[in-house]
Amino acid sequence: MPMHIGEKDFKKRVTKGLEDDFMRGAVRSAQGRLQDKRATAADELGDWEDWRTLGSEIRSHTIEHLDYYLHQLSEKVAELGGHVFFAETGEEANEYIQKVATEKEAKKIAKSKSMVTEEISMNEALEAIGCEVIETDLGEYILQIDDHDPPSHIVAPALHKNKEQIRDVFHEKLDYLKSEKPEELALFAREKLREEFLSADLGITGCNFAVAESGSFALVTNEGNARMVSALPKTQITVMGMERIVPGWEELDIVVSLLTRAAVGQKLTSYITALTGPKQLEEADGPEEFHLVIVDNGRSKILGTEFQEALHCIRCAACINVCPVYRHVGGHAYGSIYPGPIGAVLSPLLSDYDEYKELPYASSLCGACTEVCPVKIPLHEQLIMHRRKIVEDEKKSTLSERVVMRGFEQLVNSANLYRTATKMAPFLTTPFAKNQLITKGPGPLKHWTHARDFPQPANERFRDWFENRQKRGEKNA
Amino acid sequence: MPKGNIINRDSFLTNIREKIGGIAADKPVEKPSWSVKPQKKVLEGYDQDQLISVLREQCKEIHTDFYQTTLAELTGTITEVMEEYESESIVYSDDPRFDNANIEEYLQGLNAFKWDRNDRENSIKVAERAEVGITFSDITLAESGTVVLLNDKGQGRSVSLLPANYIAIIPKTSIVKRMTQATDYIHAKVEKGEDIASCINFITGPSNSADIEMNLVVGVHGPIRAAYIVVDDL
Repeated sequence: MPMHIGEKDFKKRVTKGLEDDFMRGAVRSAQGRLQDKRATAADELGDWEDWRTLGSEIRSHTIEHLDYYLHQLSEKVAELGGHVFFAETGEEANEYIQKVATEKEAKKIAKSKSMVTEEISMNEALEAIGCEVIETDLGEYILQIDDHDPPSHIVAPALHKNKEQIRDVFHEKLDYLKSEKPEELALFAREKLREEFLSADLGITGCNFAVAESGSFALVTNEGNARMVSALPKTQITVMGMERIVPGWEELDIVVSLLTRAAVGQKLTSYITALTGPKQLEEADGPEEFHLVIVDNGRSKILGTEFQEALHCIRCAACINVCPVYRHVGGHAYGSIYPGPIGAVLSPLLSDYDEYKELPYASSLCGACTEVCPVKIPLHEQLIMHRRKIVEDEKKSTLSERVVMRGFEQLVNSANLYRTATKMAPFLTTPFAKNQLITKGPGPLKHWTHARDFPQPANERFRDWFENRQKRGEKNA
Repeated sequence: MPKGNIINRDSFLTNIREKIGGIAADKPVEKPSWSVKPQKKVLEGYDQDQLISVLREQCKEIHTDFYQTTLAELTGTITEVMEEYESESIVYSDDPRFDNANIEEYLQGLNAFKWDRNDRENSIKVAERAEVGITFSDITLAESGTVVLLNDKGQGRSVSLLPANYIAIIPKTSIVKRMTQATDYIHAKVEKGEDIASCINFITGPSNSADIEMNLVVGVHGPIRAAYIVVDDL
């Protein structure tokens, strides 16, 4: 699945989201639960702000010395007998992964959850050379079975589906005959996928955090599928976005503790699996051959810019879980596998403004995202920076917006013009107003009044009212 | 094992270095001393018995059955858990601690298989069919209710993963406050140039998922039930 998902047109995607009552209900309830769990977990620690400070310091330092830590990581992995491939583009990464799959004559590939492999369309590349790729994370599995429905959340990808829909998908595609109880659905997936784990030729995982000092990778999961993928197939490929690294184990403790709390309110998830190289002699299970693919795919464009902090992200989705815009439009409306505030910051950077110029505006700038971010990324400020760049540097605002802004500039620069215009406003708007409210505005006002009424400008301007109030004896009014 | 290949590194890192104005990779980067260390304050001053109480409470959160026993009673406790889980077949790690705790003989008397580090196919096959997997915990984290397994050699990754039920035997002396103490231990090994296990598992209860309507389902791909047995005199 490429980074871009769904309909090309932003407004059509948003409308589709707004009209999907079930999805909106599911998102509301999920957001509520996740927000509560995160807040409780943060409170329990007592000094959450210190933890955030530490997380922020670690991420800043690591990204500022990314070249050093990636070098150290690759040396360690190679010393342990693993192979490391640095891929500047998604295509390069896919070619390398295809080459390994071909050499190993891999037919069946079991994969645990990974956003970066979604971003580079790795599954499609492997399917193109005849491999069968099986998603083993329960949420991803549901989406894959449902004709590759795109994910709508980076932690809970099938958040937009209800259990009845999942039951129907399992029934239609896999002859599932039981009820919509989550326990029964999960048990069915366990049995189906167990066979796949045992017979897969190749396992592919993502990477939550690489540890530079020892060449290790931590996978943060709950279901156990990533453990299966890294224990049973004889060859393993781990794909990581190049920024997903920490200097050492001391720092791993901090970012993992922040991630599990911020994402799902757990002290630790069921499994934190730290893998170091291929299996060694005298070990029965684990991969005999290990490949690490480090992916740039647009990330280095962000380094050294005012958006560098976006690379501090640890993919917890706390910002998504508090976002009022996400709550209303859902994940698919963003048109990117990275939705919500972090998606609105990151998607235009990894792709470009042509594709994602609307996303920085899909925010109320309330700042809730910035407040919950466990590594203190100033998300809403980055959205404002995007808006400035889109308008000033890239000149990508619409013609009508530019005309209106130019007109406004002239209007407020001339006292006479301003006075005349503000005096005229009540008369000009009278034909559209009813009981001092405009409910169906003309021209540019249309978009506003589509959602809410616009008050008609008062007959008396503020300046006139201020000057006249003494005459009217309203001195203390 | 021969050294692995590193491909395309130079151009990739040069590009990064140009963007961030980084220093040459052969000069070591000094890690700064972080301004705060909140991780050191968690459960500060707790003694071993207080940590056991924290662990016991946390087990309720993570859907894990908690037992506390002595070496003399250990086989009885394992039998009790096996009955509770209606299980008979066992797979356990190839680990001298089973013999040291005098339970190897007891296990051999049951329908139990010791993980064979030299036989991948058969070990995985048996572990997949076993109803219970038993391992010792190498480090136990009270705060989160986590057993840390340093999986290498005879300590197969599959033992704590494939069976539907999992039992962790926790020596009281293995209990520490939180993840910080475990990562400090591993970091110290790395500093000294010692090997660390190829797979270090931090296991916190049975597997679970909230992918369906955010409803928690306990038991997905890994174990469905889990029991921790703390042994006071180990």
